[in-house]
Amino acid sequence: MSRPPVLLEMRSITKTFPGVTALADVNLAVRAGEIHAVCGENGAGKSTLMKVLSGVHPHGTYTGDIRWKGEEVRFGDVRASEHAGIAIIHQELALVPGMSITENVFLGNEPRRFGAIDWTAARHRVLELMEQVGLREDPDTLVKDIGVGKQQLVEIAKAFAKDVTLLILDEPTAALNEADSRHLLDLLRGFRRRGITSIIISHKLNEIEAIADSITILRDGRTIETLDVGAGGVDEDRIVRGMVGRALGSRFPEHGAEVGEVFFEVRDWTVRHPVSSERLVCKGSSFHVRRGEIVGFAGLMGAGRTELAMSLFGRSYGVWLGGRVFKDGAEIQLRTVAEAIGHGLAYVSEDRKAIGLNLLDDIKTSVVSAKLRKITRRGVLDRVAEHRVAAEYRESLRVKAPSVDEGVTRLSGGNQQKVVLAKWMFTDPDLLILDEPTRGIDVGAKFEIYGIVQRLARQGKGVVVISSELPELIGLCDRIYTVFEGAVTGEVARADADPELLMKQMTTEKKPATP
Amino acid sequence: MSRYQDLKKNLFGGTTSNARQFSMIFTLVAIVLLFQVLTDGLTLTSGNLIAVVSQYSYILILAIGMLMVIVAGHIDLSVGSVAAFTGIVVAKSMQQWDLPWPAAVALGLAVGLAIGAWQGFWIAYVGVPAFIVTLAGMLLFRGANQYIGNADTVAVPHGFRAIGAGYLPEVGPDTGYNNLTLLLGLLACAAIGWREWRARRIRRQMGTDPAPVWVSALRLAVMLGVVVFATLRFAGGRVGTSFPVSGIILAALVIAYSFYTRNTAGGRHVYAVGGNSRAAELSGVRLRRVNFLVMTNMSVLAALAGMIFVARSAASGPQDGLNWELDAIAAVFIGGAAVSGGLGTVSGSIVGGLVMALLNNGLQLKGVGSDLVQIIKGLVLLLAAAIDVYNKNQGRFSVIESVLRPFRGAPPPPVAGDPLVPAGKAPAAD
Repeated sequence: MSRPPVLLEMRSITKTFPGVTALADVNLAVRAGEIHAVCGENGAGKSTLMKVLSGVHPHGTYTGDIRWKGEEVRFGDVRASEHAGIAIIHQELALVPGMSITENVFLGNEPRRFGAIDWTAARHRVLELMEQVGLREDPDTLVKDIGVGKQQLVEIAKAFAKDVTLLILDEPTAALNEADSRHLLDLLRGFRRRGITSIIISHKLNEIEAIADSITILRDGRTIETLDVGAGGVDEDRIVRGMVGRALGSRFPEHGAEVGEVFFEVRDWTVRHPVSSERLVCKGSSFHVRRGEIVGFAGLMGAGRTELAMSLFGRSYGVWLGGRVFKDGAEIQLRTVAEAIGHGLAYVSEDRKAIGLNLLDDIKTSVVSAKLRKITRRGVLDRVAEHRVAAEYRESLRVKAPSVDEGVTRLSGGNQQKVVLAKWMFTDPDLLILDEPTRGIDVGAKFEIYGIVQRLARQGKGVVVISSELPELIGLCDRIYTVFEGAVTGEVARADADPELLMKQMTTEKKPATP
Repeated sequence: MSRYQDLKKNLFGGTTSNARQFSMIFTLVAIVLLFQVLTDGLTLTSGNLIAVVSQYSYILILAIGMLMVIVAGHIDLSVGSVAAFTGIVVAKSMQQWDLPWPAAVALGLAVGLAIGAWQGFWIAYVGVPAFIVTLAGMLLFRGANQYIGNADTVAVPHGFRAIGAGYLPEVGPDTGYNNLTLLLGLLACAAIGWREWRARRIRRQMGTDPAPVWVSALRLAVMLGVVVFATLRFAGGRVGTSFPVSGIILAALVIAYSFYTRNTAGGRHVYAVGGNSRAAELSGVRLRRVNFLVMTNMSVLAALAGMIFVARSAASGPQDGLNWELDAIAAVFIGGAAVSGGLGTVSGSIVGGLVMALLNNGLQLKGVGSDLVQIIKGLVLLLAAAIDVYNKNQGRFSVIESVLRPFRGAPPPPVAGDPLVPAGKAPAAD
């Protein structure tokens, strides 16, 4: 079998920022028509490499050459790379929420006729493009009214509108549920058949294993290797070994916590949507947590897991309609966040950057921010205590930062998540609710987060983990609740948990009879 | 590390930041020196320094409140009108009801509190943007001032004038200087020394190396030198003048609010709300209460500034406080606060306000007309903001910490090349 020619070659790319070498002598060769995965931990240099390729970091700010279709190219900006047929789709989508699908697809690239936008042509073309990416929607629908999965498709259609030869997707499935992810991966396979080359960056190694033809692994800004999947022998463990430089062993060791009494119980929790008074986001949900227990919540995106957690945490979401909460046998009120914190609840949100952290803070101010009282002496903040506390957490959670004065924006996702965990551990909680605690975090850091969760359970705390990754829930939790459309639809013990059973309960309304 | 780097690092807080910190302090020094030369030494005379303090203390008082408002992510356009309204109420109360002046001051502060609560209610509890609420307040209270005062001026009695036009009295033996001002200078020197000592001790307790001793000594020497020079100037003016009472009020407020914003949970909450209000709320910060208090506090300070101004000009008039909000906002932004909230310091805003004040003063001494003064001030504001943006894009941080904040480590600069939306993300037209 003759291999297709090399479409893109990046040779000896070196890129430095003041004080940091982000890329050191990196090589990447992508063959025409293949799906090429770029893997590496956060901070390994994947995104920087793609920014060099797409002209975000223009020619002259890095050293090394880029050869595109056999010729050397020097992109001065993003327009230049787009003109050459390279389109990059970032993790944060670049869509205008208040505009329609059509308007977004042609934004900045509007078909014109006599200087005015030719909406007839646009409409014909957009239907064609939507067909190509498998998007079934009215093209006049506003982008904010469609799900994130479909928004992703709009973004791809937008790239296609510019005649793309090489499509770069940065973490395309990070925010998608399983069904949407599968659809997207099928779509990529379809593109491959049509001869479109893709580069995909993803932390979801099972997807990479399933879809990629070649895999280039970066570590610490260097190319480690390029694996040819067709040649066989490439599986998740093999990729992980390349990424972290060692085998990780068992990813989910037994946590060994002694599971104690039920100490936290929620009964018939009912909450409606903040705007639409018809819609219930929690329909009489009941659950309980034991001391030292790790309890999972499985459900598709939009099933109401986050809504349940946030409405419990000081009514931070929706309108409370009914339901009671008991802790250690006594009923408690959780009307405000301060009250919830006072009763020993902690909520680590799914979106660190948007609602979990103040990105202007440094590590030490973040760590103490949810319980300033603990470092206040006679009304005055004790900066020495603050520094000491933060330094202790930095050490015990192994936050990679030169000091606790480091700004949180300078940390990788995994280290930011550790800072958020430290912030909530500092409040001395009895029950921690972790909402997607490993989203957007690389493999090594994930493993460390699991370790922290297990350590918390060993200390006798109850931990609730909300996650979209079933293997994570099955590996980590003692018990898993499934949620579908706002209702708890099942409860599965660790021993019985398997992905098929969970998936079935996550997608059916019927609540199986529970003993 | 070279000595120069050592010095730079320790004087100005850290390794990363600092173009802005350098530029702010040095801009101030440069403006002073420039006008000192241009005005043949008029700028640094006792008389002029005293005039600058009493002429701009109310703007600086407003800048303190405005800093907190802007850090919390709001803006207050009503401060000038609130000041004018308070001024007329206080003047009328003394003229018509013969209210003794201390009672009138209390009344003025109460008026400020009430106005602040009114505006804070709309902003914090109803959720109307501060821009709109205070724009309404600007019209409302300007109108109310003219309604009460019949668009006329109302004189204030002698006792009241002390808060705006008074000086430290002459007491004790004749030293050729104002003794109380000398004492004040001595206290300031002691405070500076104590602060430096404490900063070193705290750094040691944190387990970080304090600055080398010679750096501490140099910093002390420079600051003490400035204080001693200023003390002698203020104490050595025309007999009967000395450090203005309004300057003392200002100094007390600067110290109190610097302490509050940096060293208390309440102050932290203001920064948290401005940095990320949702994250703050989910950390147990009472968002509404913080917003309410910040706006209320601003109006109280505006009332105080209004009274000081009325006392200084001996009468309350319909045009009092015109454009003060713009001066206060400019001072805060020149002082390094971020438009989007969450960043800024009281001391920075004061330096920003002093830059504006000395620029104004110097140009006036040169006899430059108010038209040109406005043009120059506008350009300075724009330049300061542009430098800030440039520094941010370079991945540096942009808040004055500098000598005024020696023991905090370098503030966190945002990562270079990692904006949320990459620069080139805007879709390109082919």
